Amino acid sequence: MSVQELFKKELKVVNMGLESFYEELKGQAVPAIHVDWKPAAGGNAKMVSLLGRLKGK
Amino acid sequence: MQFIEEANKKALEMMQKAQPTLVGMGIAGDVVPGMHKKLVMHAGPPITWEKMSGPLRGAVIGGLIYEGLAATPEEAEALAQSGEIEFDPCHHHNSVGPMAGVTTYSMPVFIIENKTEGNFAYCTQNEGLGKVLRYGAYDQSVIDHLKWMEKTLYPILKEAIEIHGPIDLKNMIAQSVQMGDEVHNRNKATTSLFIRELASSIVKTNSSQEDQVKVFDFLNSNDHFALNLSMPAAKATMDPLGKIEHSSVVYTMCRNGTEFGIRVAGLGNRWFTAPAEIIDGLYFPGYSMDDANPDIGDSCITETMGIGGFAMATAPAIVQFVGGTPQDAMNFTTQMYEITLEESESYKLPPMNFRGSPTGIDIRLVIETQIRPVINTGIAHKEAGIGQVGAGIVYPPMKCFEDALECYVGLLEEEGMLA
Repeated sequence: MSVQELFKKELKVVNMGLESFYEELKGQAVPAIHVDWKPAAGGNAKMVSLLGRLKGK
Repeated sequence: MQFIEEANKKALEMMQKAQPTLVGMGIAGDVVPGMHKKLVMHAGPPITWEKMSGPLRGAVIGGLIYEGLAATPEEAEALAQSGEIEFDPCHHHNSVGPMAGVTTYSMPVFIIENKTEGNFAYCTQNEGLGKVLRYGAYDQSVIDHLKWMEKTLYPILKEAIEIHGPIDLKNMIAQSVQMGDEVHNRNKATTSLFIRELASSIVKTNSSQEDQVKVFDFLNSNDHFALNLSMPAAKATMDPLGKIEHSSVVYTMCRNGTEFGIRVAGLGNRWFTAPAEIIDGLYFPGYSMDDANPDIGDSCITETMGIGGFAMATAPAIVQFVGGTPQDAMNFTTQMYEITLEESESYKLPPMNFRGSPTGIDIRLVIETQIRPVINTGIAHKEAGIGQVGAGIVYPPMKCFEDALECYVGLLEEEGMLA
């Protein structure tokens, strides 16, 4: 299915990350659910590196 | 990594199989390891007199007066500053104490044995609400009440427990989490079960009917009495984890009113501390956050074991005490599954379709998800002697977990485990 075709259909959206995107869609009555996703360790590079050491990375 | 998973499996097995049991009572000086006449045990990680907050200082003053080491608050303060008194965490003596946690030589304590591992834990009797030592009050009424607890309550309960025989606290807590207690700030069911279990033995003790009535009335008036049983039950459950090498499971969380401290199984007795936070919650009329002392007490050993804030879904009524809605309570419990390794095989939560409470906090998961363990707690006034001014929700500082993870990885690297 092309992108053009997709946008001609009714959208059902799964939003990940920034909640404001979900709020906007909800405000326009677009069926959407929000996934509370955050980068590992909140993006703290030092902590990501330490966790990586424990995963053999 | 396989060796970490194996160590954590062992830690979780210890938690799941623990059998905390009330086996008796004694005087701290006789039974608590390392107790001596000039030792004042306190809640939380190590701290000096100079850095103690108001309620902890107040409780120390009260403890020294109670022991007859000082006659007035001024004398007690001078003695506390003199260097003659040793201050040490309850946790260093197989013990726990709610709020200030001050425990001294003559105080009666419950003796809890973890029958599976053979280790012991100790905790004083709960004083009730109002003007009490654990919130830093030390006037004559506080000392008189502590003396009544030592001279009347303790001998009757001790004898009653001897007549009754050991009481399985794991079973009692398992029942009470199905009766609306999360067993940290709601202990109504647990206290009721304790009274029911011990009632006939209390009546059989060699004591006057008048004293027995006073004991029953006191127990009935104090919904938090069983907190001082659930706390050492959790302590007895968690302590053996401190010997499991390479485990990333948290086995201690506690606060001294100035700092929050955690210990991690694979890191033994090392403390990871950071400034304790102010509690967000419901304040009693006339009080606000401006009056609050930072977070204080050993009672979050319950959360460390996976009850308390972790089991809030099962205690919807508690939101009237700590704030929020029953849905918030469900959300707190649901979120804690993200940072724990297993579900309790014993503490089953009816509103979660009898799912076991979230068990075994892993520092790796806390850092990865940035979700901190949720704790519900009483709020002490920042000045000694005023008492409780509210209750609410609080979290450990993330720095405790960050420092612990750094130390953990460093230790594994030193040992050549990460090559």
